[in-house]
Amino acid sequence: MTNATQPTAASDERIKDISAFRNAMIRPELGGIVGTVAVFTFFLLFAFDSGMFNSQGVMNWSIVSAQFMIIAVGACLLMIAGEFDLSVGSMIGFAGMMIAIFSVTYGWPVWLAIMTTFVLCTAIGAFNGWIVIRTGLPSFIVTLAFLFILRGFTIFLPQVIERKTIIGGILDVAEGDWLAPIFGGKILQGVFTWLGDAGIIATFERGTKQGQPVVDGVPMLIVWAIVLVIFGHVLLTKTKFGNWIFAAGGDAEAARNSGVPVNRVKILMFMFTAFCATVFAVCQVMEFGSAGADRGLLKEFEAIIAVVIGGALLTGGYGSVLGAALGALIFGVVQQGLFFAGVESSLFRVFLGVILLGAVILNTYIRRIITGER
Amino acid sequence: MAQDSTFHHGETASAAPIIEMRNIEKHFGRVIALAGVSFDVRPGECHCLLGDNGAGKSTFIKTMSGVHKPTAGEIFFEGKPMRFEDPRDAIEAGIATVHQHLAMIPLMSVSRNFFMGNEPEKKVAGISFFDKKKADEVTMEEMRKMGINLRGPDQAVGTLSGGERQTVAIARAVHFGAKILILDEPTSALGVRQTSNVLATIDRVRKQGIGVVFISHNVRHALAVGDRFTVLNRGQTLGTATRGEISPEELQDLMAGGQELAQLEGSLGGTV
Repeated sequence: MTNATQPTAASDERIKDISAFRNAMIRPELGGIVGTVAVFTFFLLFAFDSGMFNSQGVMNWSIVSAQFMIIAVGACLLMIAGEFDLSVGSMIGFAGMMIAIFSVTYGWPVWLAIMTTFVLCTAIGAFNGWIVIRTGLPSFIVTLAFLFILRGFTIFLPQVIERKTIIGGILDVAEGDWLAPIFGGKILQGVFTWLGDAGIIATFERGTKQGQPVVDGVPMLIVWAIVLVIFGHVLLTKTKFGNWIFAAGGDAEAARNSGVPVNRVKILMFMFTAFCATVFAVCQVMEFGSAGADRGLLKEFEAIIAVVIGGALLTGGYGSVLGAALGALIFGVVQQGLFFAGVESSLFRVFLGVILLGAVILNTYIRRIITGER
Repeated sequence: MAQDSTFHHGETASAAPIIEMRNIEKHFGRVIALAGVSFDVRPGECHCLLGDNGAGKSTFIKTMSGVHKPTAGEIFFEGKPMRFEDPRDAIEAGIATVHQHLAMIPLMSVSRNFFMGNEPEKKVAGISFFDKKKADEVTMEEMRKMGINLRGPDQAVGTLSGGERQTVAIARAVHFGAKILILDEPTSALGVRQTSNVLATIDRVRKQGIGVVFISHNVRHALAVGDRFTVLNRGQTLGTATRGEISPEELQDLMAGGQELAQLEGSLGGTV
């Protein structure tokens, strides 16, 4: 008891000093940072001349990465809170179809269609969460059921209402709408025109658009991705609610004992995941001008893979939104980069499997370091 | 009992009890778990609740912490009759329970664990943010007081030993204004050194005027810090003894119901 009565005693001799390197290692973003550097190095070396790093190329993989980021933010926070959502992909298809049905078939104003869809989809997310909390079933099973339920409706509804599985013509009805450009518009056009005039980025050489830059602005999709990543990161690391997300996923019972409203946190995270899926859907619908029954297939797994590459633990309680964003970036760059490098696209799946396995092994190792398990 | 002299034992008889529980009964269907238990805790004392498995210790402290409502009996908190509707009522009144398990989240940092559910906030541009700087400072300060030297406030709880985790949980309860601290078997899974650390923590907490309820079935641990000892057996109080009035052997006998153990004692050579 001698050391206990001397509060100023020297530090515990049994705890080894850990090096700054090892300290840096036990950040959740580590895998994402290493992966991003590796991926960019690889493609800069082997695909630099392929057009991957000119303005169109950069915009190409940025858009794909931004799509992954939007759903990865929601999946990341939900996974840290200790739950999964396998219905993200079906939710994307469902949300897009609802907007199309409301606006094209029923002739509602597009802003009303978008808002109604947001309310409907977050409500479905809340219902998912409510079932998980109420029944105590694994979210894996509950949301797997919704994967099928929502996909079924996405195929059934347009067939009954319009007798087809793709509803088009959304861009026509969205003309002049005030809310649609927030999802389908572009910003910073002036900057890109200036860059084109200055000869820094490519411009069209002939045709009606001659002299205009090929890439004429940053799509709102990318803006949404950046905003959601910043929002998610600040929420998780800088607020009280973020602490509750970690606590709910780390040990729900201990969190409850300390007065954390675990059920509310989890249900809100299910709603946020649904919100992100809906943002994705609206951006996609506004880009394509149509909603298809097969949209968003397998997106739930791509979101989860991005999150895991980003350093989150599948068991919850640990992870990082920035890591998930880097995971999404790796995902997008590799998927598009292999195309630019002229590699057979089926190999992308091989790569995906390998990197997923590597990420999970690395994460398990990191967790052992943190918790001191052997 | 070499540790006896290490701890200062205050005069506990003078002060009025913080909580007094009179003739508490709790029935679960046909099972009578508690058949009239009386117990009180005064400021600055460590009142040990002893009993063998199944004696009703857990049911009793769950009644005290608001998890169960008593079937019969009265609870007085600071002299006033009290009825806890749920655990939150008890926590708000100042009754904190530290469980052996389920207290800390290993993957989270000590400071995040310390303020879990009670996060300090600061406003920036009208938005409330988690005040990490304040949380870190308070955590380091409280841990220093408890004799734990952290590498930093970001150190994960998972790297702490079992005894240190208990200490963090106790420090947390004290920091957030607990008047009564219920420790449910805090030492039952700990090694010798860790146990002595936890017992030292109990002593430190007691000196701040907090009433400690120490549940144990280990007589030696109880005697090391306890001021008073209440033994439960088959849902009833077998009496409360003050420190010095009772020997370890007598306590042990009371806990076991005084029968079979008497025969065993010879072969075991004293207390279990």
